[in-house]
Amino acid sequence: MKDYQAGYIKFALPKGRFLSPTANLLAEIGLGFEGYGDKTKQYRLCSARFPGLSAKILQEKDIPIQVSVGNYDLGICGLDWIEELLAKYPAGALVKIASLNYGEGGVHVVAGAQAGITSLDDLSARRSDCRIVSEYPNLAEALALNLRMRRFRIFPVWGAAEAYPPENADLAVLWGKSRAHIATQGLIPLEKLLPVTAFLIANRESLESKDLSRILMCFNSKLTAEPQASIENELDSSKKLRVSCSSWPAKDVNLALPDGHQQAPTAQFLKRAGLALQGYSEEVVSRRPSADLDWLGVKVIRPQDMPLQVANRNFDLAITGEDWLREHLYRFPSSPVKKLFALGFGTVKIVAAVSQEMPVNNIDELRSLVQSRKFASLKVASEYINIADKYLRDNRISPYKLIPTWGASEAFLPEDADMLIDNVQTGQTLKQHKLKIIDVLFRSSACIIANKDSLVSSDKKEKMEFLTQKLRAGL
Amino acid sequence: MQDLLPEDMVRFRRIEDTFRACCRNWGYQEVRTPTLEYLYLFTATGTLTPSMLSKVYSFLDWDGWSGERVVLRPDGTIPVARLYIDNLSGQESARLFYVTDIFAFEGTGKENRERWQCGAEFFGGAKLAPDVEIILLAEEVIRRLGISNVGLRLSHAGLVKALLKEFKLNPGEEAKMMSRILEGDWQALTKVKSITPEVDRLMAALLGLKGKSSSFLHNIKASFPKASHDFKSSLEDLINIATLLDNLGCSYKIDIAAIHGFEYYTGVCFQFLAAGEKIGGGGRYNSLVPLMNGEDIPACGFALYVDPIMKLLPLEKEKKGKSGILVKGKELTPEIVKACFTVAESLREAGHTAELDFAGREESSYRWVISVSGKEPSPFVLKDCIQRRPRYIGASVAEIIKMVSEG
Repeated sequence: MKDYQAGYIKFALPKGRFLSPTANLLAEIGLGFEGYGDKTKQYRLCSARFPGLSAKILQEKDIPIQVSVGNYDLGICGLDWIEELLAKYPAGALVKIASLNYGEGGVHVVAGAQAGITSLDDLSARRSDCRIVSEYPNLAEALALNLRMRRFRIFPVWGAAEAYPPENADLAVLWGKSRAHIATQGLIPLEKLLPVTAFLIANRESLESKDLSRILMCFNSKLTAEPQASIENELDSSKKLRVSCSSWPAKDVNLALPDGHQQAPTAQFLKRAGLALQGYSEEVVSRRPSADLDWLGVKVIRPQDMPLQVANRNFDLAITGEDWLREHLYRFPSSPVKKLFALGFGTVKIVAAVSQEMPVNNIDELRSLVQSRKFASLKVASEYINIADKYLRDNRISPYKLIPTWGASEAFLPEDADMLIDNVQTGQTLKQHKLKIIDVLFRSSACIIANKDSLVSSDKKEKMEFLTQKLRAGL
Repeated sequence: MQDLLPEDMVRFRRIEDTFRACCRNWGYQEVRTPTLEYLYLFTATGTLTPSMLSKVYSFLDWDGWSGERVVLRPDGTIPVARLYIDNLSGQESARLFYVTDIFAFEGTGKENRERWQCGAEFFGGAKLAPDVEIILLAEEVIRRLGISNVGLRLSHAGLVKALLKEFKLNPGEEAKMMSRILEGDWQALTKVKSITPEVDRLMAALLGLKGKSSSFLHNIKASFPKASHDFKSSLEDLINIATLLDNLGCSYKIDIAAIHGFEYYTGVCFQFLAAGEKIGGGGRYNSLVPLMNGEDIPACGFALYVDPIMKLLPLEKEKKGKSGILVKGKELTPEIVKACFTVAESLREAGHTAELDFAGREESSYRWVISVSGKEPSPFVLKDCIQRRPRYIGASVAEIIKMVSEG
């Protein structure tokens, strides 16, 4: 709901990489928000100095979208997420005010060391299909179109884009600290698309009609129109790079393992199963752990990305969550991915929750409430858009609008969304944020998924069976 | 997004019917391609500019895990070229036409994202004659639609490309400049620093003057003896087409800037303008079919833009109005309903439009009203709403048909 009250200003602040420097900057220019720091557990903040100013802490990716739709007047986030939005929606309501000149690295186009691509010119000339993996699918597409690539496919991923080339992608568009840093990952940096600095952004209408001057004035001493290219970067690009070009021989069977929260329990499970892996333990993170089975290739990627990567046969097997498998199958019912067995750890509940203030206790009451036209459209925040979509359709909730999020959907309620569909372990976080669960959609735990075609293919079948037997022993 | 209301559809069908009739008379055959096509069909040829491709509606198909995407058809010609290559390439030549909608992503939400066009494509054929044929066919459709003050502008893609070569830009800059020209930004060309006096003179002549006959092109040829070979051969091609058009009494203006939108054109290009708007355009695109892995078949074609043309046609109500017949049942009894449906059917079989009503509708907009009561022997009362003749009570079905047929 947009607040038109004069003088009332909403600010979207980032969590993650820009949290500390942003908090420091805001404190320095006298715009500090109480509780905005590394250990913060709350999402809603009030300005110590300006009574009409409030802030919310959001995932950085969400900030350009939220400012663009007008839920927030101002925001701070990295240039990469701003350009990712503008690449697809250049005429939107997002205005870049100025670079705040902190940040690190940039978005680079990189190629796998064995892909035979050493410059962008190689790509324009290329007639064969080019697979591009990226967390920034819009930037990747704009790049492909501008290079006039004849044929390309874009694989959007939640993360770990650096793990894909050269076997599973020809190119990646990804964040890297420097060209040298990219080269150490066995990748060839082709071009830097943009530097990742923090930017102050605003909603166009807010800027045109609302008095934000008191807030903008605070930034006066920090504003420069263009991000300053750091000297380090210039030096970096003039250096000759040596890409550590170890060869990755093709393996008979490829297994994907999860990073993030699921890594520690997965590592324990693999240990119990007796699958020895170097570079995948509770502490060590390597994108390419090595197995003691010479025919087994292992990569560590995001669990969210696994079903699609197993469907397209980049991997034959993967350990992911049942939630992400469902999310994939709801979107692509004929996908050749199937669950082999659940592993029993990493169990979460996928729930529907609303504000405690909302006078409903279950989905039927919510349906009646929506039908009574209390909402123009029920806004539902979720990181599982296909699961949420199906749930809302099956329960005949209409009309509704989905707000895709990148986790922490609870931050959206109640101002920017009416309901969330997300995973919970204990439900404590929801309670802290004054939310209540009105439905449990299903329970999800880690599971092994496989490509159906790989399971029956003559050259993989035996090894797949051997491996699944071994994994079963870890249960 | 826009609705087409009954009066819009009258105009829409008029355009479509006129176009279809003309195309058939010239020996063209109608085809229809799917609304969904693969994205790579449009990227593979390298003939749509990046800015056009950034405006396609693309999404994942049922097998989206493959990364392959489908699009809502963003252009009419490329799918028809694909259809020709896939299905008809055995034929020496093919004359095809279509009426289709094309889709363009539009960032503001205010403009139309779906546009209709009537297009015709000529694959194969001899030199020159097909170019003239498609221009005259398009011109005939516009003439038959009764649109006046239509201007025909001629340009030549080969000539534009040869002109651009004179600037000696590097390939990257040249491609960018071509994109800007195709987007209508000719000013960009005048700002190039490396411009020589000779090129400057050529630019001034081509951009500043609008020739009205092939003589103008002969004058250009004579004034620039040092122009490149490519330039001269394109100029010669345009002279030949212009001469044919002169001989056929078709008037036009030579306007080198009348090239817009598509990079696939290689030869003559043309645009039709009316009331300040572009209502159609086309040209020769000899490399498109080979670029799509088809044989080396020359081709040309045009499209008329239905949306601006509709605005130029007068509004006319559908011919129901004062010629229609209303069959009114006084009550909803089985006998009356049956009598109403029977007389209406007989009227329709005799070629009239008969509307049924049991709700006491206003009669004033109909030519005839037949009131149906349960009375015997004939339940019909015929009323002439125009000539105010006395009502004819108890008419038989045959008498009614005779009277309405005679007016």
